[in-house]
Amino acid sequence: MIRRLIPHPLLSITLALVWLGLVNTVTLGNLLLGTVLGLVVPIITAPYWPNRAKLSRPLIVVRYVLLVLWDIVVANVQVAWIILFKRSTDFRSRWITIPLELTSPEAITVLAGTITMTPGTVSAMLGADGRSILVHCLHTDDPDYERDRIKQRYERPLKEIFE
Amino acid sequence: MPAIMEILISAFLILGGVFGLVGSFGLVKLRDTMQRLHGPTKATTLGIGCALIASMLYFFSTGGAVSFHELLITLFLFLTAPIAANFIAKTYIIRNIDRSELPASSREYGWSVYDDSPALRREE
Repeated sequence: MIRRLIPHPLLSITLALVWLGLVNTVTLGNLLLGTVLGLVVPIITAPYWPNRAKLSRPLIVVRYVLLVLWDIVVANVQVAWIILFKRSTDFRSRWITIPLELTSPEAITVLAGTITMTPGTVSAMLGADGRSILVHCLHTDDPDYERDRIKQRYERPLKEIFE
Repeated sequence: MPAIMEILISAFLILGGVFGLVGSFGLVKLRDTMQRLHGPTKATTLGIGCALIASMLYFFSTGGAVSFHELLITLFLFLTAPIAANFIAKTYIIRNIDRSELPASSREYGWSVYDDSPALRREE
């Protein structure tokens, strides 16, 4: 019964907090409205998101977020450097395939997002069975190194968080 | 407002402007659509980030209250940028790239643009 009424508790809390952030003032009315939104929206969208995602190990989540934020800053500087100082004929862009060990759709979504936001890589497509991901590298001399780096740095902590 | 805050805010604004400019310059310099995708998903993220930090610092030092709007903009940006990039990449691939140009998926099924998913295959 509770599962039917609150299909995604984490989504409910996030929605309420986002609403409070949008109105930018905490009053009783806004708190109530945020709670109603947090309860109603997950029920309406439940058919599109049938499985409840498991999130464990909050410490690793915090560490992962900090790691990704840091990598985004580094990525920006690297890409800016490549754009400014490399001749465009010297770019060696490549496709690389990353076989996935993750199985939960939420984890794969986060991984794909992370790959796009971090150094020199954009995730382009999933395999039809969702077990591999196609990544485009802006400039790389060693595709195997890139693949192993993504698997080590991002996939492993995500596996611990979601599975 | 103390002078040090003004200097800090100005520095973030200039840094943000520089990164935004470099990201846009990338659109001109890079040669094909897949390469161009790297510009707006990265260099401009930090540009916008710097502008948002400057905005937070400004409102903190004038009004004294922390504003959450900047954090939300960051959150929405991180949610939407990769998904938009993914859509553009898939559209580009299906219209311009032959499947033999892409590396194999190294699994039983091929890439999702060309192959049916396991569920669809079972129905046939």
